[in-house]
Amino acid sequence: MSNRNFAAVAFAIALAIIAASRLISNDYFFSAAYTVLQFIILATAWNILGGYTGYVNFGSAAFFAVGAYSTVFLYKALQPPLPVMILAGTLAAGLLGLAVGYLTLRMRGVFFAIATLALSVVLYTFVVNWDYVGGARGAYILQPRDVPFGLRRYIHLLYSAMVLMTALALVIARAIETSKIGRGLAAIRDDELAAECAGVPTLRLKLFSATVSGALMGMAGTTFPYYLSYVEPSAAFNLSYAVNSIAMPLIGGMMSWVGPLIGAVLLGTVQQVVQVTISSAWNLLIVGVLLVLFVTLAPNGIMGWVDAWRRRRKR
Amino acid sequence: MDFPTALVLNAIIAGLLLGGFYAAVSVGISISFGMLDVVNIAHPAFIILGSYIAYIVNDRMGLDPIAVSVVVSPLFFALGMLLYRIYYLCFEKRGQESLRGLAFFFGILFITEVALVLIFGVDYRMVQTAYSETTWRLGPVDFPMRLVVPFLVSVTMVVGVQLFLTHTFFGRAVLAVAQDQLALRLIGVNPTRVKGLAFALSIATAGVAGAFLIVIQPVQPALGREYIGLVFAVCVLGGMGSIWGTLLGAFVLGIAESFTSTFFGPSWAPAVSFGLLLAALAFKPSGLLGR
Repeated sequence: MSNRNFAAVAFAIALAIIAASRLISNDYFFSAAYTVLQFIILATAWNILGGYTGYVNFGSAAFFAVGAYSTVFLYKALQPPLPVMILAGTLAAGLLGLAVGYLTLRMRGVFFAIATLALSVVLYTFVVNWDYVGGARGAYILQPRDVPFGLRRYIHLLYSAMVLMTALALVIARAIETSKIGRGLAAIRDDELAAECAGVPTLRLKLFSATVSGALMGMAGTTFPYYLSYVEPSAAFNLSYAVNSIAMPLIGGMMSWVGPLIGAVLLGTVQQVVQVTISSAWNLLIVGVLLVLFVTLAPNGIMGWVDAWRRRRKR
Repeated sequence: MDFPTALVLNAIIAGLLLGGFYAAVSVGISISFGMLDVVNIAHPAFIILGSYIAYIVNDRMGLDPIAVSVVVSPLFFALGMLLYRIYYLCFEKRGQESLRGLAFFFGILFITEVALVLIFGVDYRMVQTAYSETTWRLGPVDFPMRLVVPFLVSVTMVVGVQLFLTHTFFGRAVLAVAQDQLALRLIGVNPTRVKGLAFALSIATAGVAGAFLIVIQPVQPALGREYIGLVFAVCVLGGMGSIWGTLLGAFVLGIAESFTSTFFGPSWAPAVSFGLLLAALAFKPSGLLGR
């Protein structure tokens, strides 16, 4: 399928999902689905840098929080409409992504991973000490009373926006994967020096991949303040975002855009169920255990099983 | 801003005392990451685990946490052996240590933290010792015993590790693994076994460092994350795999942090270690005493 057709199909499905969801009256569905969609975006975005390019980013939470705090900042400063906030947060996180991309100039592998984690803590400390956006106390964000498009509640609007953003993220990930850029990124992942020698513009590709990855993670965070109505640094910078956005592609499979989608839907749904039936601490424990189990026992994730099964059937 | 002498002196002393403790926290990473190339990002989780074991025993039986930690360190040693075995079989043997090994340790860190939350809750825990309330005064300078005792034991431990590595047969084997595994194999030594024991040693130092931590400050499960940056910062700053470098890097970091909390407020302190780490990685990746 060409990328244009794929995009058309993806957005058609997204609109169909939004339309079908209007029949659902249970508000919990929207809030749970919002969380799962947010994880799909995070996992897909992480995979662009982690899975395609081979640079492990432990700082997903930082990008997510940059998106969230850019919304808080704009809310306090200008109160622009929601699409402007989404765009601004995406751009801000993209810039951070670009900066992280430049880090890859000096750091490979492990050092890069640790540096992203360090970045996340440094940004956290800045936000905690930045009073304008609430500092350590956090900030309250009021959802507007009027909901456009004849929707009943504001969460429905956020949910619809999230569905569209998810479609966008998947379309972008697939487009990168199937293009020349994707092949260049795979070359960097497998052997950066060889890729450089073969004429792959490694730096430009790494900058591109880090920027897109960061921008998408930030985009997932832009609506977060409205979703919770209250943001505090430890919620926006929560380590669980970093763990989830690594665990989901690893569990689903990192070689294609389908892997993070499967991983995020699976793990996100399990977490929602566990959170409701048992407790939120247990759901984090399950993510950790699943991550360790998959990484030790099924290193290529669920898509790895699917590929092995397909190969066996061909023979 | 003016710098009153007493304040500066106190900040230096507190920084040095803290630095000694940081050396104990980081010496394990210097071994596992610096010498064995095992990126044990879960190291701080074992430190917190050590803190909680010291806390339980202190709470139930009133024993000194540092003494307890030395007694239970064989347990941590065994845990380290087990962990390295899994790591070797699942990642190192298959040549997948970079990305997946990292994710593995990240998962271990997360599991340990959440398990501690489930058992003990998120409250801060602290220990009572004979010396926690005592402070010596030398003119304007304070020597709080809850910092001095961990400092002394820490430095002893770190120097002990260095002497062990340079003066025993096994220690030299560890240093040899760090330099050339193939050569070791050629003279008939199994590098995996040496690495397993060295990794176990690094986890054992984490357990003991945990006891220092809970003597110095109250501990809660999520505290470990703040130490991830710290241990790697000390390790990189000092120079990968150099124990003396670790000690020096720890003192630099301790003083930098102590000055930051004295003159800018403690809420900025976490950014110091990570900022130094970023700077060290970007400008001097070989560290102060790198090989």
